[in-house]
Amino acid sequence: MLLISCPNCGSRDETEFHYGGQAHVPYPENPNELNDVEWSRYLFYRENTKGAFAERWLHSTGCRQWFNMLRDTVTYDIQAIYPMGTPRPDSPAATSSNPGTKPGTTAPEGATK
Amino acid sequence: MAETAAPATKKNLSLRTSPAALLRAAFETGSVRGSAELSETSFLTMVGVRVNRDSGAGQRIASVTGGLPAKCGEVAGAGDTSVLWLGPEEFMVVAPVEAHESLGGDLLQALREALADGEGQVVDLSANRTTFELTGPRSRAVLEKGCSLDLHPRVLKSGTALSTEIGNIPVVLWKISDESFRIFPRASFAEFLGRWLLDAMREYASPEVP
Repeated sequence: MLLISCPNCGSRDETEFHYGGQAHVPYPENPNELNDVEWSRYLFYRENTKGAFAERWLHSTGCRQWFNMLRDTVTYDIQAIYPMGTPRPDSPAATSSNPGTKPGTTAPEGATK
Repeated sequence: MAETAAPATKKNLSLRTSPAALLRAAFETGSVRGSAELSETSFLTMVGVRVNRDSGAGQRIASVTGGLPAKCGEVAGAGDTSVLWLGPEEFMVVAPVEAHESLGGDLLQALREALADGEGQVVDLSANRTTFELTGPRSRAVLEKGCSLDLHPRVLKSGTALSTEIGNIPVVLWKISDESFRIFPRASFAEFLGRWLLDAMREYASPEVP
């Protein structure tokens, strides 16, 4: 079980949240101009990252707000939680200075799912 | 819906059935006096309000309800009207039964007028949820069997309301005082949660095993 720190509600159980898939997938600017291959790329093709992965989460049982999370897909370590619409805090320096990040609220190392 | 509600008559009131009415007798026999007691408070007036609390409409609504809570867990309000925080721009107003407009109350109308043409919603949600009252020194122990929040009084203060899960049912949990909780499950979950709580309370009817 992950403990996820919702930006509005604080630390809650993973069961209160819904997963929203990969973050930062932009909607095509001119969807009408895409051919079927490009459209299927947008709709169905996602990264299968080993390591830090940016993803969307919804606190569905609590405040019902979406937020982004940078999570390690190997260790489940939650590295950053940041608002929708903000760029991915990639570097460790950006992570520590992100206002959406609450230090000390990440899941323990090796937490199992 | 509020608009179609008939004027209050004796007949109308007797026809109303609360979501956990079926369990009234079971709540009576299942309550452990002086330990954990469960009852249903039916037909409280609840209004869903969605508004930005910093906007003009938000401030007008705050003046009707006696304030809007600023963050998760807070409960605002004045008199017997309380406002629970559900989200950054989403609130639940809880008021007594008589505040409903079908019984002559003016809460809904006042909120609608306060919102006026501002951005937001005022929706009568009285039938959405029912209210369970769980009281007694063991009430925290009962809830801890199915709620992952830290319910210790050092963390969860009286007068805090949080939306969470109890027994896998999404509810709003409102701590009224040290030993009493109000639980708002949706109507369709009321029977399940009522039976779940009765089951969780049952052990306290027996003498404690040393």
